[in-house]
Amino acid sequence: MSTAETPKRSMRTPLGRVRNLGAAHSGTSDFWRQRITGVAMVVLMIPALVIIMTLHGSNQAGAKQILGSLPIAIIMVLFIVASAWHMKIGMQVVIEDYVHNEKLKLAAIMLNNFFSIAVALASIYAILQLSSGV
Amino acid sequence: MQVYRWTLTMALSIVHRATGIALYVGTLLLAWWLIAAASGPAAYGHVQAFTGSIIGRLIVFGYTWALMHHMLSGIRHFVWDLGYGFKANEREALTWGALIGGIVLTVLIWIVAYAIGGGR
Repeated sequence: MSTAETPKRSMRTPLGRVRNLGAAHSGTSDFWRQRITGVAMVVLMIPALVIIMTLHGSNQAGAKQILGSLPIAIIMVLFIVASAWHMKIGMQVVIEDYVHNEKLKLAAIMLNNFFSIAVALASIYAILQLSSGV
Repeated sequence: MQVYRWTLTMALSIVHRATGIALYVGTLLLAWWLIAAASGPAAYGHVQAFTGSIIGRLIVFGYTWALMHHMLSGIRHFVWDLGYGFKANEREALTWGALIGGIVLTVLIWIVAYAIGGGR
């Protein structure tokens, strides 16, 4: 198809134009998710901080009792999901900005995914075990 | 050749990234703590020995500041995303707010945590 005579008025929608763009070819979806998870963490920050501050100085039995209670476990899981997602996107932006070798960039992005998912799943698994393993 | 002046907002942009990277690595500590709590008293004791040491306390204090600063600095970005706060004095005010607010919140959190937890 010839691109020489591109019409002034394009038939492409604004969404179609941004889809699959960017260094990771994922368009603007990460931009939006970065903000959703950021807002989520602002909302979750106070309960999460109160939980962690309450546990300061408590022993394992006390920590297990508090972290294992249902509302607290849910808040912690939500906080961890939002954090892991947010930091995965943030680190990817940093990688895309500073790593210019294509292969190295892909490897770094892959490692970033592994790290973020592993940290999230390990933390969530621990919370689930605290909730159920009595 | 100095084409432009180094501004506060530029410096804080780097700090936002640096704190983000620090928080990224620091999630290992959060995961370790949760896994230890699920594992048992011995594993939990190791975490407490670490977080109770001087280096451990410094790391957790630094982590608290990174979290608070990154959050306030991020809220500043939300304000900009919504299209407000772009005038020179507004930019500066938001940035100073994040900088000072992050330090104040960090100190407050530690005072409250020691008041509740009794300093162990």
